[in-house]
Amino acid sequence: MADLTSEFLGIQSPNPFWLASAPPTDKAYNVHRAFEAGWGGVVWKTLGEDPPIVNVSGPRYSTMLSNDRRVIGLNNIELITDRPLQTNLDEMRQIKKQWPDRALIASVMLPMNEATWAKYLPMIEDTGADGFELNFGCPHGMSERGMGAAVGQVPEYIQMATEWAKKFTRTPVIVKLTPNVTNILPVAQAAAKGGADAVSLINTINSIMRVNYDTLTMYPTTDGKGSHGGYCGAAVKPIALHMVAEIARNKETASLPISGIGGIGDWRDAVDFFALGASNVQICTAAMVYGFKIIDDLTSGLSDFLDKKGMQSVSDLVGKAVPSVTDWQHLNLNYVEKAVIDQDLCIKCGRCHIVCEDTAHQAITHTVNGERRFEVIDEECVGCNLCVSVCPVDGCISMQQLASGIDPRTGQEISTEKASWTTHPNNPMAK
Amino acid sequence: MTDNPSSGRRAGIRTGRLSSAEIEQNFSDKYPPLSRPEALIEADRCYFCYDAPCTKACPTGIDIPGFIQQIRSDNIKGSALTILTENIMGGMCARVCPTEVLCEEACVRNSHEDKPVSIGLLQRFATDPIVEGDTALFCRAESSGRTVAVVGGGPAGLSCAHRLSMLGHSVVLFSRDQKLGGLNEYGIAAYKTVNDFAQREVEYILAIGGIEVKSGVSLGSDLPLAELQQEYAAVFLAFGLSGANKLGLPNEDIEGVLSAVDYISDLRQAADKGDLPVGNRVIVIGGGMTAIDIAVQSKRLGAEFVDIVYRRGAVQMGASRHEQELALTSGVSIRHWAQPTKILLDDRVTGMQFERTELNADGKLHGTGEIWSLDADVVFTAVGQTLAEDVLGAAAGIFEHKHGKLLVDDNRRTSEPGTWAGGDCIFGHDDLTVTAVQDGKLAAIDIDRFLRAEKQGDNAWQT
Repeated sequence: MADLTSEFLGIQSPNPFWLASAPPTDKAYNVHRAFEAGWGGVVWKTLGEDPPIVNVSGPRYSTMLSNDRRVIGLNNIELITDRPLQTNLDEMRQIKKQWPDRALIASVMLPMNEATWAKYLPMIEDTGADGFELNFGCPHGMSERGMGAAVGQVPEYIQMATEWAKKFTRTPVIVKLTPNVTNILPVAQAAAKGGADAVSLINTINSIMRVNYDTLTMYPTTDGKGSHGGYCGAAVKPIALHMVAEIARNKETASLPISGIGGIGDWRDAVDFFALGASNVQICTAAMVYGFKIIDDLTSGLSDFLDKKGMQSVSDLVGKAVPSVTDWQHLNLNYVEKAVIDQDLCIKCGRCHIVCEDTAHQAITHTVNGERRFEVIDEECVGCNLCVSVCPVDGCISMQQLASGIDPRTGQEISTEKASWTTHPNNPMAK
Repeated sequence: MTDNPSSGRRAGIRTGRLSSAEIEQNFSDKYPPLSRPEALIEADRCYFCYDAPCTKACPTGIDIPGFIQQIRSDNIKGSALTILTENIMGGMCARVCPTEVLCEEACVRNSHEDKPVSIGLLQRFATDPIVEGDTALFCRAESSGRTVAVVGGGPAGLSCAHRLSMLGHSVVLFSRDQKLGGLNEYGIAAYKTVNDFAQREVEYILAIGGIEVKSGVSLGSDLPLAELQQEYAAVFLAFGLSGANKLGLPNEDIEGVLSAVDYISDLRQAADKGDLPVGNRVIVIGGGMTAIDIAVQSKRLGAEFVDIVYRRGAVQMGASRHEQELALTSGVSIRHWAQPTKILLDDRVTGMQFERTELNADGKLHGTGEIWSLDADVVFTAVGQTLAEDVLGAAAGIFEHKHGKLLVDDNRRTSEPGTWAGGDCIFGHDDLTVTAVQDGKLAAIDIDRFLRAEKQGDNAWQT
């Protein structure tokens, strides 16, 4: 059995699954239940200045659903903790005492002046929390007050606040990044420059879920008005993975440990994050949809996966896929794949044909010798993978390399030399 | 069928074998409608196939992936329009179509997981609110000033009348029966169309307007075909098969030997099904849907022993595998490879004698000489229907026909200029409501084409 124990910035936890700073970690009651269920750690719901903020008493959440009402994405407008600071500190102290083997991280969001950080951080550290996470990510509400994503979108502010945090606490400091930026690297670099021990990402994405078709107002509203929220859940995972991988593969940021967040619902999602560079992961939406019990699948699935791969621990997996991520310009333009349809598995729905016919390269038949039959026309197939992507049968269509000989589409001999856009004759900037 | 054995099992023919509560339960909706969550989840299973096999398998060519997609998007009115545009009786067909040998047999999910999308139930989900809510989806084109005679108030006649009305023609619909709907009203098993759905559907169809109904009028005696041909711009014949085939045995008219079709008609019209006389031991002779329907309904009325006897095997039965299973799970015995040879009787029927059958080397059925018999209080004959001999009257000779049924071309034109036909009375018809609807629709489209050509002065019948 693989060892799931995790050490992140020297913080120990029995597994690499932490609950992200969010409603599930709002108070001792929930956190206690989470630890009983088996979660490795929690990032406590973000603490702020006293007096606490006030939340709306209207809808805070809304979801994008499949037809059988599986949650695909979730939007929220809840702010940071709305309880008095001392209540939170007392509960954190009690939890850490009761669960010494679990990670307890304090998330904080404070105004941009040093004195405030100097005042609050030592008080919070005194609870026995293992570290801090600086919330520079929340895109709604708090950002209007110059905090959260408003800080996270300005590299200079990130660096400044991170420096304050490092100055006023001895524990590790994780900087939580907002995805609401055009490029994640400058903000990650700013965190590194400020002395951050790690980054965590992504926070939620600016979002409006939909319109109410009866009232023709945005949905949901509080007394007829709504404001944008932060989007999370399965739908955001690819965005998060891209940003994690960018940080992991860029030499200025590659040495920053990453706590991966964004749409993790089962162990496979976690594997995605680990392989693309995250050392641990944080989860919120899946717990808010199914409860804390999902930890059972996360741990057993990951353990089984590591065993199958012959890996001893999660650290063997971290970053394994990072070298495979590159810029488009370095992709081998001499490499040729063709789709191949397994006729024994094909159920003849025709989806591959119609999407190729209508929207791609007219490379799949619908009739062969008068029979309903879907075959790839190698003379037209560019290897785009659209048919694989839409086929309802797992494994029915696969992409197979044409390693040598003539590519029937181009009539050209397939070269075994690698050649990318950087050297292509059509590229005016070719070297 | 009943939890109370004391109430039923008395010999002979009796009324009130079951309590009204038992009867109500036995004749409730056999396949209850989908709830909204069920429908949305089921709709999600549709792959939205290209050139969908289900649509090709539908005799009326309904765009099935299209209407299911509309259910997915909560566009129920659009979904119903997709269905009813091709099949105005989409509501009834959702209940009675043997989907397991039509659309659902063709569903590609069968090759994936052996479980097709429940197309019939989804079709019902989309159409019920529209038909029951009287939501008008169709309007009439500008009047052509022409009037077409439609003979027969069943699915083919109603479908033809509705389409003609949509296309701007007036229709006079002649019906032998007092109620319209044909076998939907008088033939289909009661548990497939509860709550008087057949009549509600008829009302929905007629609500388009432009259709004048004349009930209680039979072609032939009351209504000579020649008169119709003279008075109306076109004639569509869809009078069904009102004659029942006979076994061809002596004493077939004796008390206790009944036509299944007639009994089902009484059952469908009975105000209280408990008043129907029901035998304790029932024999059904035949292998089609009617045989299954009378057998299952006899069981549900309280008969203790019901045996279907069919002269060939399960594979050759006209009833689908699904329907055969329904009979078996309802407690009906199906005995294959036996043909009736003698009606056993005293002053009324007491049983039937059968001879075992088999196929000989060249595939012909023959009796083996082995004889066995079954006791019975009632014997139902369900061995097919035929054109009633006098329906066409003097006109019978002018039509080309085959096996007693009218021959028509692809546009449902008969051999007689200006006269179209469809439904059970044409040759090659498969006795399904859905096929009858398609006949009526195709005939109406062709009649419209004909009348427009005629207006242009063309030789319309030849074009």
